[in-house]
Amino acid sequence: MKRLQILGTGCPKCKKLAENAEAAAKALDLDCEIEKVTDINEIMKFGVMITPALAIDGQIKAVGKVPSPDEIKQMLG
Amino acid sequence: MDWKNEWKKLALIVGVFGACFYLPVGLARFDRAIMESLHLVKWYAREHVLLCLVPAFFIAGAISVFVSQASVMKYLGARANKVLAYGVASVSGSILAVCSCTILPLFAGIYKMGAGLGPATAFLYSGPAINILAIILTARILGLQIGIARAVGAILFSVIIGLLMHLIYRKEETEKANIQMAAPEPEVKRPLWKNALYFASMVGILVFANWARSGDVRAIFLCCPGGLSTYQVEGKLISQTDETVTIVDTEGKKHQIAAELMQGAEDVRKNNLYEWIHRSRWILVGVLLVAFAFMVSVWFAPSERAEWVGASWGFAKQILPLLFFGVLTAGLLLGRPGPGHEGLIPTAWVNAAVGGNSIWSNLFAAIAGAFMYFATLTEVPILQGLLGAGMGKGPALALLLAGPALSLPNMLVIRSVMGTQKTIVFVTLVIVMATLSGIIFGTFF
Repeated sequence: MKRLQILGTGCPKCKKLAENAEAAAKALDLDCEIEKVTDINEIMKFGVMITPALAIDGQIKAVGKVPSPDEIKQMLG
Repeated sequence: MDWKNEWKKLALIVGVFGACFYLPVGLARFDRAIMESLHLVKWYAREHVLLCLVPAFFIAGAISVFVSQASVMKYLGARANKVLAYGVASVSGSILAVCSCTILPLFAGIYKMGAGLGPATAFLYSGPAINILAIILTARILGLQIGIARAVGAILFSVIIGLLMHLIYRKEETEKANIQMAAPEPEVKRPLWKNALYFASMVGILVFANWARSGDVRAIFLCCPGGLSTYQVEGKLISQTDETVTIVDTEGKKHQIAAELMQGAEDVRKNNLYEWIHRSRWILVGVLLVAFAFMVSVWFAPSERAEWVGASWGFAKQILPLLFFGVLTAGLLLGRPGPGHEGLIPTAWVNAAVGGNSIWSNLFAAIAGAFMYFATLTEVPILQGLLGAGMGKGPALALLLAGPALSLPNMLVIRSVMGTQKTIVFVTLVIVMATLSGIIFGTFF
């Protein structure tokens, strides 16, 4: 099972990223868990300063931008 | 029925009913305030949206897409040159903080894994004040003078606040979190001069399209009978009797003001270059537009163009609703600028609290600004209302400096990052510095 984490304090871009991640996971029919990390100190532990960011299984995959569902699919694949 | 879940709805309905029951419709002040707020919205829509906000969104979108954040971040890293870090932190808000929601993560990052407490607090203070949209809107609506004062004040005082924070806590060894900064991947490379030209042409379009006509006279009025503050109307004098003075300002709006409030009038010295630019402003804009269209179509890949338009659209979607409600609220509470346009809050109150340029009015404005929460950019219409209702220019700057940098909710986040004591020291420094810059500005302008 994959673990997707959306890092962001709740700005509109973070919500968009969460939507895209869900869409990507659904399209791949993947068994995964999507978690939103909103606490700023938790976000710092990933080394991320520019939100939103996407982590897959604890690995940062995108920082400071909203990847499209297709791009997320490639990261998951 | 399940009262445990339903009571909230009941309370809401009772509350709304009570508000409707006692709705002060028909009360002169309330009715006038509603009209004021509608007038203000119309004025914004006519004067500021097409020529100012729309280009500003495209500029902000371009900055967020084409300026490499990674290249700025390396000056704020753990091994960065300390002196340079302060300088970069104080000005990088204009590039890194295009949206105010990115300020806090960046602040926490600079503090915990980057250049440390000083540069982090410098960034936190100046960031919200110098983001590109805030500067453009402040200069356009509150006047060039206050727009420049806001940017310069924010940059200067952010360095001072950062250095003071560093000095106060210099003994404290910050255990640097040993985390690798996850920087965004660098964007597509383009020669610097191409980027510079691209931005310059956009800024040029914005500046020339908004080039105002200069008036014949500049009249100075008291904000209200017995008031402490004055404001200026520049335009053409239509008539002047013992009772009223009528002036058509440079935007074509007619002002009728009681003659007793007039403090004086001076002729505006005509500057040939200024007049020439005003007459040929549409030609200049046209030339720049053609040049801009050429650059965008030749230098940029289709994917970059799409990303740029997407980012600009994102800003528009995010900021327009906030600004709309901000303007409505400002109009309702404070009315349009000028005597005879009162909103719900009497001008005399505003004038008593933040009129003139005393230490108290500056301090009051700074404290109110520090604790109040302003949604992105709504500080501008609210300040405009306050200025029109008799706030002094000094206190206005104090509020502009302390306001967006701090609010009760973000103080809580800051506290979770650097602890209670440092937060209190920081908030105090912000209030003191904002008050000081207000007093200095109010004395000279």
